[in-house]
Amino acid sequence: MASVTITVNGTPQTREIETRVLLVHFLRDTLGLTGTHVGCDTSQCGACTVTLDGMAVKSCSLFAVQADGRSVGTIEGVAKEGKLNAMQEGFWQEHGLQCGFCTPGMIMAACALIERNPKPTDHEVRVGLEGNMCRCTGYTNIVKAVQTAAAATAAGKR
Amino acid sequence: MYASEFEYYAPGTVAEAVALLGKYGDDAKVVSGSQSLVPMMKLRLSSLKHLVDLRKVPGLTGITESGGFVVVGGMTTHHAVSVSELVKKKLPMMAEAAGNIGDAQVRNLGTIGGSLAHADPSADWPAVLTALDATLVIASAGGERSVKIGDFILGPLTTVLQPAEILTQVRVPLPQGRYGGAYQKLPHPASRFAVVGVAAEMFLDAGGAVQSSRIAITGLGPKVSRASSVEQALQGKKPDAAALKAAAAKAADGIEIRDDLIGSAAYKANLAAVIAERVLARAVARATNR
Amino acid sequence: MSETFFGKSVKRREDARLLTGKGAFVDDLKIPFTTHAAFVRSPHAHAKINKIDLTAAKAMKGVIAIYTGKDLKDSGVKPIPVGWLLPGIKVPAHYPLAVDKVRHMGDAVALVIAETVYIARDAAELVEVDYQVLPALSDGAEALKKGAPTVHDEAPDNVCFRWALGDKAATDKAFTTAHKIVKQSFRNHRLIPNAIEPRACLASANAGTGETTLWVTSQNPHVHRLIMAAFVLGIPEHKLRVISQDVGGGFGSKIFIYPEECAVTWASRALSRPIKWTSDRREAFLTDAHGRDHHTEAEIALSAEGNFLGLRVKTVANLGAYLTLFAPAVPTYLYGTLLTGTYKTPAIHVDVTGVFTHTTPVDAYRGAGRPEATYLIERLVDLSAKALGMDPLEIRRKNLLTSDQFPYQTPVALLYDSGNYQGALDKALTMFDYPGFRKEQAAARKEGRYLGVGFSTYVEACGLAPSQVAGALGAQAGLYESATVRVHPTGKVTVFTGSHSHGQGHETTFAQVAADELQVPMEDVEIVHGDTGIVPFGMGSYGSRSGPVGTAAIHMGAQKIKEKAKKIAAHLLEANEKDVVYEGGKFFVKGTPGVSKSFFDVSLMAYLAHNLPKGLEPGLEAISFFDPGNFVFPFGTHICMVEVERSTGVVKVLRYVAVDDLGRVINPMIVDGMVHGGILQGVSQALYEHAEYDENAQLITGSMMNYVVPKADDFIGVELARTETPTPVNPLGIKGAGETGTIASTPAVANAVMDALSPFGIQHIDMPLTPGRIWEALRGRKEA
Repeated sequence: MASVTITVNGTPQTREIETRVLLVHFLRDTLGLTGTHVGCDTSQCGACTVTLDGMAVKSCSLFAVQADGRSVGTIEGVAKEGKLNAMQEGFWQEHGLQCGFCTPGMIMAACALIERNPKPTDHEVRVGLEGNMCRCTGYTNIVKAVQTAAAATAAGKR
Repeated sequence: MYASEFEYYAPGTVAEAVALLGKYGDDAKVVSGSQSLVPMMKLRLSSLKHLVDLRKVPGLTGITESGGFVVVGGMTTHHAVSVSELVKKKLPMMAEAAGNIGDAQVRNLGTIGGSLAHADPSADWPAVLTALDATLVIASAGGERSVKIGDFILGPLTTVLQPAEILTQVRVPLPQGRYGGAYQKLPHPASRFAVVGVAAEMFLDAGGAVQSSRIAITGLGPKVSRASSVEQALQGKKPDAAALKAAAAKAADGIEIRDDLIGSAAYKANLAAVIAERVLARAVARATNR
Repeated sequence: MSETFFGKSVKRREDARLLTGKGAFVDDLKIPFTTHAAFVRSPHAHAKINKIDLTAAKAMKGVIAIYTGKDLKDSGVKPIPVGWLLPGIKVPAHYPLAVDKVRHMGDAVALVIAETVYIARDAAELVEVDYQVLPALSDGAEALKKGAPTVHDEAPDNVCFRWALGDKAATDKAFTTAHKIVKQSFRNHRLIPNAIEPRACLASANAGTGETTLWVTSQNPHVHRLIMAAFVLGIPEHKLRVISQDVGGGFGSKIFIYPEECAVTWASRALSRPIKWTSDRREAFLTDAHGRDHHTEAEIALSAEGNFLGLRVKTVANLGAYLTLFAPAVPTYLYGTLLTGTYKTPAIHVDVTGVFTHTTPVDAYRGAGRPEATYLIERLVDLSAKALGMDPLEIRRKNLLTSDQFPYQTPVALLYDSGNYQGALDKALTMFDYPGFRKEQAAARKEGRYLGVGFSTYVEACGLAPSQVAGALGAQAGLYESATVRVHPTGKVTVFTGSHSHGQGHETTFAQVAADELQVPMEDVEIVHGDTGIVPFGMGSYGSRSGPVGTAAIHMGAQKIKEKAKKIAAHLLEANEKDVVYEGGKFFVKGTPGVSKSFFDVSLMAYLAHNLPKGLEPGLEAISFFDPGNFVFPFGTHICMVEVERSTGVVKVLRYVAVDDLGRVINPMIVDGMVHGGILQGVSQALYEHAEYDENAQLITGSMMNYVVPKADDFIGVELARTETPTPVNPLGIKGAGETGTIASTPAVANAVMDALSPFGIQHIDMPLTPGRIWEALRGRKEA
């Protein structure tokens, strides 16, 4: 067992956990933040994507103890005061989700993508999301969603 | 998806880390960016009892230029390498390779040292760093030692690292003269590891002929290998398209390739030649423009 | 209230929760004192279980119970039944946990229940199973060979069923008169579903009431309840409640009643504790029912002018180790019946042998039988064109059914409802400049670049029906759908649908239909699905049936509501019911809209019951079951353009154009999305995905590290358009939309690749068309 303090969506959370608890299971099972999903066991699908100190990472690919003292952002923290962010709006507007299971990870990865590359080409969006799998959409509308969000973000910053 | 039980340590210094590793021997492993080891642990393919995390050890990250070398800390992430202005300017192939490892999330956590120590036979770094003639710095209780990249990897998932040693630095000599490098891989359609990856660093003489070259191939065999036949074929030649094609055709020489779901050995040898040709052309173009 | 919603791209209401991490997938649910399950699985494809030693595992702290197949069988658990029986079919027992033998890698032999999932996994590793390993086989064609290992004693030759359809004599005759016969063997390889949400279940038995609640990743919770209660576990049906709220994709794989949920539900009742199980991806690869896996010999008889005279098909379908729910129907009634395609072929005979192998069971997956049929037909069409020196478009135009031929009785049982196949083709050709492409292709060849185009002028059959006919053919279930329309006293509406949404957006589209029919605002309509405790009954969603069947039931329910409401309104207006109309959400006497009763007024009175027509019961609620008279038949034209790189064999899709006719469309945005996703699946079968077993029937593509689930950069954006030919089969004119993309696209891609390779004299390569396979085919070949 180990004691960890991880700041999740801005709130420090201190818990006693087994060392073998993955960050994703800490979020889901210890904190009850079940928006972050598990879709594979080889760190391929990206459904568990969160931010760790601001960087998009797969929360199934590290143990919670390794995030001790660090800051984690999850899908539950993306909308502020009930207002969806541009990426969530983009996904809604462009129908970038169907079953919605990959969506939280996809949104976390896509937010990071446009932060690094505010005006991506469609191809750059596709390559940038290679760490996230979706079996429903064929990605066509996900690309549109990211572009819509990128445009809205750029307009908002202007 | 659920690892076996283990003890976790986050030592504050290299000395403490190697002491822990020394104490627990084969039951312990060091973790850096987690992207290779943690997946194995959660599939219970690794049965370690003690996990030594280097994340609190200072001085293991960062990229600096010093004494004719680009020095990359072992815990520097692939992402950090890919966006480093220094690397992009001086060793563009390294930035290129780093920017195409795994996916964005993997690059944000995965580290150069972790990848090298894991020694996946399809990893990118071994080829790139072989072409760049890198030296690896390894720390242990007894101090530091340096190992040339070519001597570091022994086979699939096997290196010269002893249980109580840590790879702390990657030192890449800054090439001199008219040099140019390039790296390209054909990724596996599922894992995105290299089916074949070719890295080349070329040096041209004043007349534009090939003075020397270092060419390395990953993915094809049990470990990274030098494409000596290609290097020899290029030596002293004008690197025109015909010469590059002829040399590249020898890319898979001497590598024992196995048939698999991706294709036959012959197919993969062909891929190596095709990719080598492209890589050589890009390396030459960079050298010519330098 | 004049706004209507049918045909509009209304944003999805379910997204509000799914975008913010507030979905309720099974693994998200938490019940106090929940225990956790882990399964001990066979590492062997075929072995006798000599002994299972639980001593070490049971001794582990936190382990609550461990059960074996014998425990379940001895307690009265019955085998999981099959939902479609064919004449002469062999149905070997499929127990939730293997009893004497394991028959595929991953077959479950024991169930560990522990306080935490970690302990359950730890203990599962300590269960010692003594296996006597037996020879195993994975290939369907190998299964029929003499001396092949036997999967089930009941089927010593590994044959599960033999099934045939069509007029054999007429077909044979067509071949005797043929100008040319084109033969080809096809391998339609095995796929692994990989819905991104792994299967999961949470069973909670209440010892006090005797009731059990099962949350499970199901596409059809009522079917789950019926089968698990009545056939497997012997629970009274009304004492089992099955809930499937948010489900993360199904694609067929979540239709079936799996061993895990049966065993976990049984154990929850045995222990009176909630038990949760969530599949690992590794387990999903081994246990989610797979798809496809056919070996086929096909030949087509052609006239000199290029008319299709007859088609003869012999298929061996690999069913895996056990029969799952719809397995027998997939390579028969969902495959053989579609072999007419869109063409006038007058004589067809198909012969299918279903075989057992030591592999994961094969059942309906994304298209289910129809992709296999469409691939076969559309490839044969291109091969025929080649053999006759015709253009692939010319041969299609010559043979396509014409719109005046509908309804069209095919030679293989189906009655096509409506169609305008040329219309879809024409529209696709306005989007894709075919003559221009041929010029571009010729120019590219001169530069050593190989472009290709592939067509797929497809039809598919979905919304499987009617119940009576299906029953006569072996279905063990009806194929209708139910809807309960409940109008509350304030005029707000709840619709309880038996359809199930796991990505299809029913909460939005069904509300669009109900709001229109009842002339109320969309926000006044709530759609409820996926809970047998609330929804009266339902068949769930598969086979693209929710649109054509599920919404029709809502439409019918709404008519009943309006009829009763009109009676009440007429009474309140002191008018004759025949004179009252309902327009814009108001009831009034025709011609005098000034005096009216709103939907609210009428709803309220229905429940106040102060002033109702004599003899009319209070309340305003209706249940309807829609049992369609026929399938519906979406169709269209897909065009794929590729480039094949000579040096590496790498295929790049350059353009993908699809014109689909799905009848009337409720929500174009949602339908486009379904088509996008389906197309990538079909493309992915053609180019990437492939389940592979080794000589010991070990699954070697057992993870996302080596089985390709396509990523965003594996494909491009698709260009979509539609034509609209309503179906007469249901009142809304809707054809299905969920599977057309998958069904149509695979042959379009394969045809395009073969077109690109035609300069090298290559006519056919079996899928997946991986770079390695293409390069191998090109090896040593010179351009003609």
